[in-house]
Amino acid sequence: MTQYIVRRLLLSVPVIFGILFVTFALARIIPGDPCKAILGEKATQEVCERFYREHGLDRPIYEQFVAYVRDFFRGDLGDSLRYGRPVLVIIIERLPVTIELSLAALFIAIMVGIPLGLISAIRQNSAIDLFTMFLANIGVSMPVYWLGLLLAYTFALLLKGTPLWLPPAGRLSAALTATPFYEVWGWTVEPETVRFYVYNFFSNMYILNSILTREWDVLKDALRHLILPAGALSTIPMAIIARMTRSSMLEVLRQDYIRAARAKGLRTPVVILKHAFRNALIPVVTIIGLQVGLLFSGAVLTETIFSFAGVGSMLYEAITARDYPVVQGFTVIIAIIYVFANLAVDILYVFIDPRIRLE
Amino acid sequence: MTTTTAERVLGARERPTSPWQLALRRLLRHRSGLVGGGIILFLLFVALFAPLLAPYDPNDVLLGKEEGIRRRQKPCIYLLGCPKDQPQHIMGLDGNARDVFSRVIYGTRVSLFVGFTTVTVAILAGTVLGAVAGYVGGWVDNLIMRFMDVLLAFPALLLAIAIVTVLGRGLQNALLAIAIVSTPVYARVVRASVLSVKEREFVLAARALGASHLLILVKHILPNSLPPLIVQATLGIATAILDAAALSFLGLGAQPPTAEWGSMLGEERNQVFTAPHLVFFPGLAIMITVLAFNLLGDALRDALDPRLHQE
Repeated sequence: MTQYIVRRLLLSVPVIFGILFVTFALARIIPGDPCKAILGEKATQEVCERFYREHGLDRPIYEQFVAYVRDFFRGDLGDSLRYGRPVLVIIIERLPVTIELSLAALFIAIMVGIPLGLISAIRQNSAIDLFTMFLANIGVSMPVYWLGLLLAYTFALLLKGTPLWLPPAGRLSAALTATPFYEVWGWTVEPETVRFYVYNFFSNMYILNSILTREWDVLKDALRHLILPAGALSTIPMAIIARMTRSSMLEVLRQDYIRAARAKGLRTPVVILKHAFRNALIPVVTIIGLQVGLLFSGAVLTETIFSFAGVGSMLYEAITARDYPVVQGFTVIIAIIYVFANLAVDILYVFIDPRIRLE
Repeated sequence: MTTTTAERVLGARERPTSPWQLALRRLLRHRSGLVGGGIILFLLFVALFAPLLAPYDPNDVLLGKEEGIRRRQKPCIYLLGCPKDQPQHIMGLDGNARDVFSRVIYGTRVSLFVGFTTVTVAILAGTVLGAVAGYVGGWVDNLIMRFMDVLLAFPALLLAIAIVTVLGRGLQNALLAIAIVSTPVYARVVRASVLSVKEREFVLAARALGASHLLILVKHILPNSLPPLIVQATLGIATAILDAAALSFLGLGAQPPTAEWGSMLGEERNQVFTAPHLVFFPGLAIMITVLAFNLLGDALRDALDPRLHQE
């Protein structure tokens, strides 16, 4: 088991180097003079020379790559051209928002997608199956930003004045503020230390923070703000999970051991949940792991629509401002999170499917 | 005319048929596949005859040209009771007082063009890379496929965003970016089918007869990767259209005044509360188009995959 995990960890090392290589190469294919592309056409020869020296662009390309990798492992992703602050710090500030949104979306997708897929498989070819699969097809074909806008229109405007009204933007109502848990607990922390960033990372997840501080009105308000963006973001993963659960269940339900379980006289719910579902879960877990990438891509679009201050809307701002270091840093970090999410899925297999341990 | 016993027993209609004919027969029985195919034919028709179908030029600013209109005017449909003294705009007008219906119609051209070109480029690149990797093997295979793995390690849309940000915005760069991020999938499909047949007898026979490597690849090996490639390509068109629309929505793809569904949505997204029709119709067009290719792709997979028909 440990051997398996170690082997999988080692296998992801070259992929991470590959990711670094691609993002490094990307920054080097900026058409024309990188100095003028970044600092603007008016940059003088002198300014450009200083820019090259500061960014090591006057050195041979392999040295530049080595420096890039070294800086990366030191946590130096460069500075934002727009804000003049380290990219890593900006990402750390914004990432919790995106993580909270993505987890909420994934939660909805799993909680709705798996039961829908199960029902579809059990009642194959029934009206409910056809309807669910029709919805799933619509779900994977819908642009997430379009759905987000339609949801905002429906819940924030059409349902205004009803209990179903939901806020269309932001993370908290203006009247509320989320006090960081460490302040409520009376912990003191020096600004700009590692501990400060770690604490803020967690306190910036409003749901988690308000549970820790027991601010229930903040929790309720944060949840109300989260429903629409998370709902929009969850549709594609939900549709994919429902389809995969259905096909995987159908496959398993045809197996001999299911017939054997039924022949033993076990009740249908036991056969389905205990014998079939657990085995059908393996491909479903894989597909859930693969959604992480989709969630982060979707977050760029969803956060933009719902004015959520996460990495997604930050990326959008960076694109508009041509803030290359931010785009580059964001891409690297997300790709690496994606690699680790897939790794986590592979490790999770061992627990779901003990046969893998024997390989 | 005499008939053989075999023909009498089998009946004329059940004579042995090629796998392609069987697949076509299965496809024609696939209801949702037919729906998807039908929508695609309709969209092709719309794209082809856009100038005849669209009542206005997509970039024509109508303010000052027509009486009684204003920017972001709601849809006016005579059949639904819109007064006859107003000009009819069945999907309303946008922020520049252009006819949204005409823009949606012309948008079909852009989206289909995006779908077909990116997938064609990605298939060509993926086929060359996958075929070389699978056929040559060894370190060449390793080098190519590990690079493909790295590209797959990025969420596709994010990598496309990063590439376009660097290359500069515009539809052409967006197409290139989407083609690049979708290449690895095709490379994997082709490599897998090359590996599955390259040691088979008919390939060895061709080699023994002195056929060149290129001839063997093109004539004997690649046709085997066609079925999975067709399925992947159809689904790939759906993804490409969705991704290109997202890039345009973010302002990275098609630039104004091009009538592209994603950028139409992006330009007017802040008006969703005051003029929801500007958001509704382009999004609906994207969804229907993507849905059609997804339905056809799923049907093709069912029709072309012999494993699904063993029972």
